[in-house]
Amino acid sequence: MGLLDFLRAKPRNSASVAKDRLRIIVAQERNGRGGPDYLPLLRSELLTVIMKYTKVDIEAVHIELDHEGGQDVLELSVTLPEHSPPAR
Amino acid sequence: MTEIIVVTSGKGGVGKTTTSASLATGLAQRNHKVAVIDFDIGLRNLDLIMGCERRVVYDFINVIHKEATLKQALIRDKRLDSLYILAASQTRDKEALTQDGVEQVLDELRQDEFDYVICDSPAGIERGAHLAMYFADRAVVVVNPEVSSVRDSDRILGLLSSKTRHGERGDGGVPAHVVVTRYHPEKVAEGDMLSLEDIEEILGLSILGVIPEHDSVLTSSNQGIPVIHNPDSHAGLAYEDLVARLFGEDRPMRFLDVPRKSLLKRVFGG
Ligand SMILES: Nc1ncnc2c1ncn2[C@@H]1O[C@H](COP(=O)(O)OP(=O)(O)OP(=O)(O)O)[C@@H](O)[C@H]1O
Ligand SMILES: [Mg+2]
Repeated sequence: MGLLDFLRAKPRNSASVAKDRLRIIVAQERNGRGGPDYLPLLRSELLTVIMKYTKVDIEAVHIELDHEGGQDVLELSVTLPEHSPPAR
Repeated sequence: MTEIIVVTSGKGGVGKTTTSASLATGLAQRNHKVAVIDFDIGLRNLDLIMGCERRVVYDFINVIHKEATLKQALIRDKRLDSLYILAASQTRDKEALTQDGVEQVLDELRQDEFDYVICDSPAGIERGAHLAMYFADRAVVVVNPEVSSVRDSDRILGLLSSKTRHGERGDGGVPAHVVVTRYHPEKVAEGDMLSLEDIEEILGLSILGVIPEHDSVLTSSNQGIPVIHNPDSHAGLAYEDLVARLFGEDRPMRFLDVPRKSLLKRVFGG
């Protein structure tokens, strides 16, 4: 690495941004695979309902299918904003 | 009036999605209302390049199947208010994309007064590629300076003039612009890569823009920010020139010469 590169201090290298983005999206997509056929639409509709009642950023919503002791569990977690006013 | 522009190539991996993302962004930066649609059913990727992969709730096929309204499925860009993305579906069922369905979505975008609809075509000449170009008013054919890409683009130019709605109406088909991407001035200078003149001569069309091979394309896709947003990137600037030329602005081609390393850079690296 040259001196110029060093001085041109990049805040964060783009490969690590890529890795974080991929980790999340790949996990989300793997999670849906092999699940029930209705899962993608269920996810879409759940998101729609959540957005109807709250103003959360859609990226703060996690919908996951978990396998626990032979059972499938649908996990939904929503990080609400600090003072979350109703959407309407 | 809504103008539908297809970004197509025949050959895979030449830069269609990169071009679609920057073209759509460049048009929206000029305050036009733009929708960019991923036609690559089963292999959604435009969302990643646009940086909205976690905001996809409904997709193109959901709209065609009436599981969602178009309004619900359009994702508004984080940076530009007049830019919207319609993601491809992840379904394996490619039959899900129908001509009627595509037409309905495009008609609705017309009613919603979009100025431009950019259709990011999948590679190949199958259903997805066919439907991406079928309703187009204009085409951007992406070519790499490389034998198979040039041959495939000629094939695509043929399809644009016959297997499209304009072609079937007999009005000369879809007018096409050629955009050369991943251009290496060094390799051309060394005689190892087709030059712009070579490509123009073979295709019989003039070239609207040349995007140099540049690392910034990779860092931009890592970050999910179309490269045209990067004012330090030669590729981004070349895309900005291309958009300007679409509006008739006279922008000379640049970044075609072998870059000479400055003394400072030779000493300090970079
Ligand atoms: N000007 C460029 N400089 C460097 N890399 C580039 C450039 N243009 C595109 N690429 C890289 O080439 C690869 C393919 O690009 P892209 O996904 O846009 O092609 P595509 O034609 O959409 O592919 P597909 O046919 O699979 O849909 C990507 O890794 C992209 O980062
Ligand atoms: Mg693509």
